[in-house]
Amino acid sequence: MEHYLSDLLRRQKKRLLEQWIQNQLASSDLRDDLMSSDELRAQSEEVIDALTDVLSEKNITNPQSTDFQNLSDLLAGISISRARQGFTPRETGMFVLSLKDTLLDVLQSELADDPVRLHDLTMKISKLIDNFSVSTFETYIKGREDIISRQTSEITDISTPVIQVWDGIVAMPLIGTLDSARTQVVMENLLQAIVETGSSIAILDISGVPTVDTRVAQHLIKTVSATRLMGAECIISGIRPEIAQIVIHLGIDLSNIVTKASLAKALQHAFGMLRLVVRKQDRDLRSA
Amino acid sequence: MEKIPILRMGPFLLVTIQVDLYDRLALNLEADLIETVHKTGARGVLIDISAVSIVDSFMGRILGNIAGMSRILDAQTVVVGMQPAVAITLIELGLPLKGIHTALNVEKGIEKLRATIPPDDEETDDDYYFQ
Repeated sequence: MEHYLSDLLRRQKKRLLEQWIQNQLASSDLRDDLMSSDELRAQSEEVIDALTDVLSEKNITNPQSTDFQNLSDLLAGISISRARQGFTPRETGMFVLSLKDTLLDVLQSELADDPVRLHDLTMKISKLIDNFSVSTFETYIKGREDIISRQTSEITDISTPVIQVWDGIVAMPLIGTLDSARTQVVMENLLQAIVETGSSIAILDISGVPTVDTRVAQHLIKTVSATRLMGAECIISGIRPEIAQIVIHLGIDLSNIVTKASLAKALQHAFGMLRLVVRKQDRDLRSA
Repeated sequence: MEKIPILRMGPFLLVTIQVDLYDRLALNLEADLIETVHKTGARGVLIDISAVSIVDSFMGRILGNIAGMSRILDAQTVVVGMQPAVAITLIELGLPLKGIHTALNVEKGIEKLRATIPPDDEETDDDYYFQ
């Protein structure tokens, strides 16, 4: 009696596996473009092995049991790898839920003459597998979130380039929305670049920043003040007319910051500060 | 008792802070420096903090004090070589060090001091020192 379920599962392991794979192959959710049927078979076999090895009457009502550790880890690994491969949540969830159908089918055929026990086991297995499918979803979402946070950090890394435009002048074009975390990176990178290049002028070009609010302005002012503390001067360029409008409407005071409409104007100003002159070459001189 | 050396370079004074500036030391430095400015009639004070990696609001205030006191004695203060982390910290503390000149390194600091001091003044000073 005690070992009825585990015996049954072990006996029917082969049949379970075949039927499950058949179900999956027949399902409209099958993604043979993302995963070959061999891979699918290997995955399914692992899951069935892990399940039939441990499932018994004792632990069937307790999905948190340590007996299921292996199975949970396996399912977590599968769902994370599926998230990366580009399976939809539905397809990933159905992978586990289809196991329930198969299990119940097998149980039904085995226990056709014992409806009480069939009902009891059906309920329990349903609950157990539902639980597994929920945790599969969780790890799937987690896998996706990992991807998103990795991409976010990559974007942050590549979105704050420092360009040395002239000896003693560095420029940093900002593209995209500025938030606290990003402005911190912007500030650090800019100050680091000033130290490394020994530049006395830094140009912060905000033509790629879609909008400016009080917080962004606050960050810009902070960056400018920090550059000044380092002993360099900071020019903000690329101020579009709508940004100028917003700044004035919000009552942000930028009067003690050098602001220029374009990067070219800022560079010109910087040349002036360094007492450099750009001039057209004389015609005679060129021909000589 | 540790003491931070104050070096004289022509009409300027150079202070290089290479140890952690604890409060007592900072206060002593402030007193020493002002004393020296007064005694030598220096026209500029260069404070090199390139080796300082940690600041607090107290240190920020000391720097501000030195600058203010020197200005009364007709000397300009230039803080040079501030680390990026230090600059960010001071800004986050809300201490933009108004009234203090800053420069990237000692060389640029001296250049800045020379630019702010009227040339005829500097000449007389030089004459005085190098005679």
